[in-house]
Amino acid sequence: MSSETKQILTTDGIPLEISLKKAERKNKIKAFLLVAPLLLFLIITYIFPIGEMFTRSIDDKMITNMLPKTFKSMETWDGKELPSEEVFASFLSDFKILVEKKEHGKLAQRLNKEKNGFNTITKKLFRQVKRNKIDETQSIKEQIMKVHKRWRNVEYWQAIKRTAPPYTSAKYLKAMDMYLNEDNKITQVSEDRRIHRILWLRTVEVAFFVTVFCFLMGYPIAHLLATLPMKYSNLLMICVLLPFWTSLLVRTASWMILLQQQGVVNDFFVMIGLVADDNRPEMMYNKVGTYVAMTQILLPFMVLPLYSVMKTISPSLMRAGKSLGGTPFVAFWKVYFPLTIPGIGAGCLLVFILAIGYYITPALVGGASGTLISNQIAYHMKTTLDWSFASAMGLMLLGGVLVIYWLYNKLVGVDNIKLG
Amino acid sequence: MSKNTEFVKFDKVDKSYDGKVLVVKDLNLNISEGEFITMLGPSGSGKTTCLMMLAGFETPTNGEIYLDSNPISNIPPHKRGIGMVFQNYALFPHMTVYENLAFPLRVRKVQKDEIDKKVDKALSMVSLSGFESRMPAQLSGGQQQRVAVARALVFDPAVVLMDEPLGALDKNLRESMQYEIKHIHENIGVTVVYVTHDQGEALTMSNRIAVFNDGKVQQLSSPDKLYEEPVNSFVAEFIGENNTFGGEVTDISKDVCKVKLQNGEILANPVSVTSKGDKTTVSIRPERALINPKDKMDNNQTGKIEEVIYHGDHTRVRLDLLGNKEFILKVPNSSNELDLKLGNEIKVGWNSQDARALDPK
Repeated sequence: MSSETKQILTTDGIPLEISLKKAERKNKIKAFLLVAPLLLFLIITYIFPIGEMFTRSIDDKMITNMLPKTFKSMETWDGKELPSEEVFASFLSDFKILVEKKEHGKLAQRLNKEKNGFNTITKKLFRQVKRNKIDETQSIKEQIMKVHKRWRNVEYWQAIKRTAPPYTSAKYLKAMDMYLNEDNKITQVSEDRRIHRILWLRTVEVAFFVTVFCFLMGYPIAHLLATLPMKYSNLLMICVLLPFWTSLLVRTASWMILLQQQGVVNDFFVMIGLVADDNRPEMMYNKVGTYVAMTQILLPFMVLPLYSVMKTISPSLMRAGKSLGGTPFVAFWKVYFPLTIPGIGAGCLLVFILAIGYYITPALVGGASGTLISNQIAYHMKTTLDWSFASAMGLMLLGGVLVIYWLYNKLVGVDNIKLG
Repeated sequence: MSKNTEFVKFDKVDKSYDGKVLVVKDLNLNISEGEFITMLGPSGSGKTTCLMMLAGFETPTNGEIYLDSNPISNIPPHKRGIGMVFQNYALFPHMTVYENLAFPLRVRKVQKDEIDKKVDKALSMVSLSGFESRMPAQLSGGQQQRVAVARALVFDPAVVLMDEPLGALDKNLRESMQYEIKHIHENIGVTVVYVTHDQGEALTMSNRIAVFNDGKVQQLSSPDKLYEEPVNSFVAEFIGENNTFGGEVTDISKDVCKVKLQNGEILANPVSVTSKGDKTTVSIRPERALINPKDKMDNNQTGKIEEVIYHGDHTRVRLDLLGNKEFILKVPNSSNELDLKLGNEIKVGWNSQDARALDPK
């Protein structure tokens, strides 16, 4: 089409396009106002906290603000030999301000995280400063070096320099059992201290198998729900939804009653002679408990999307498949199953994403071998109060979910998801 | 070549879903090879149930169905080799037209080039060549219907069942599809069992029609016989239009009887009355009653015009005749010399042969 195409006018002589826009503007504004509360809510409760989490996870400003002069004077230091007199002087003046503000303890703590041994030598320096033992007319470098032999060690000054940037990736590395060593190289922590990677792998493993179990159990249920006559399917639907109406804690607790060593399931096994009374298997406080309880709790999230998709599949399709000569299995596999893939995709994605961040159930029935990364996050939130580390792990979890979503989109296509 | 007249045979078939009500009662029906038979009836009359029993999706509660003299009650649907066209086409939405048609051949492990040939042939039969790679959703309703027909025929089944296949199409398309299916049937000579509630469809397409009501076959005969000679008042009522008089037989001979109405007396053809005093419903087709008949007729009556409805090719006239205020006449558009005005009295005549004295309603 050429640009010379005649503009279409309305009967009033206004160009049609403008007129249409005008007529639709009101509707657009109305639509926007309708979603505005949700948008606002999302921004406040979702986007804003995630941004906050992100800055917290990489934030290292505290120490940058504590030692401004030191870092300034360190800029010219090559980091190979002990720094110059100037650096020592500015460090002392920064330190004095901190002592006045009684913040030298925080500094010691932060530096100690970077390199062990800072606690002692900062305390020693503090005592010297407090007693005004340091004579500023003399060489400050010499005097500080005399406080403790570690102040003479260049590695400790290198550690201070490493804390200079206001941002750090240390938390993320730590979550993967790695750290930046003295030469700014990413290094793995020693083997006996690698706990996070195990947790990540276990989280993915548990989420994967819970998804598989949910699928294996949910598919027949959903099929039954979609094909049974209304009065039976309603009852079954209630059974599926019943767990939703019970508190998560109650459900988990009831699993504890069932699964413990003196619990109902074990009693039953002993009764039918499957296991000996003195050899009851442990089904709780390990992965088994986590699998069982999580599968039961997440099952509705698999059943509902599957059900909604199966409901739309006309029963005559299966009949057609059979009347055309397909055995019931062929008719199912070639006709019915492919049509349920959108539901499978939605259900699996939902269950996997929920499972990967699951917290209460593994915390209660997981024991040592059944805890997941989310429990570690909670531990750092509540016990060690290392919020930036918790934020980093939380964001990594979020990133993982987004990667899974992206992969899913590549493989199956998000348009193929059908939640109902 | 003599054709097997009992190619499909329903033998004393009963069907009940709940153990209380019989949906199909004592059905005996023979379908000959190559025949186009239609099961016609109102909804709930049991016709679809019969079809489903033949296809194998329902089992008879009693009796047996034979296909080519073999009992088939214990054969699962996929081994019966019966093609079926479903009400909503039931095309597999995730497969292309080609894959849909190839499905019955692939499950039969037909060679690839053989499949191609057969699919090609079936598609050209329904004039859809070149649509192989389309998805069903990209086709119009009529095209989907044709694909469904082609799919039911592509594996050369002995019998093809069609369950109201044209129900979802608009009127024009439905009519052209009727002819198309009829021609396909004539060309390949497959046995077709067709279910519909549309009598027009049944009359145009079938060799024979089985009229179902209340779980029973009311009449099984060719379309013309069904229309001209209904054996009971349900069939007369259900097929085409029909004027009725309720009365009592006062005199009866071999092929004529006298029926006393509420106010009057007419001569009728005794179809299902046997003796004096029988209650009866007399049925007369609207086109068999003539206005101002030139020839001599057995029955001559006068009626008052109550309503005139213009229908294009003909005019419908509603009369008050012998106490029946719903007496319908069809006046062809050519006879314009008639003075059809409301309230006019006109003479109407018909032969006793066309007034069929049937069972009372």
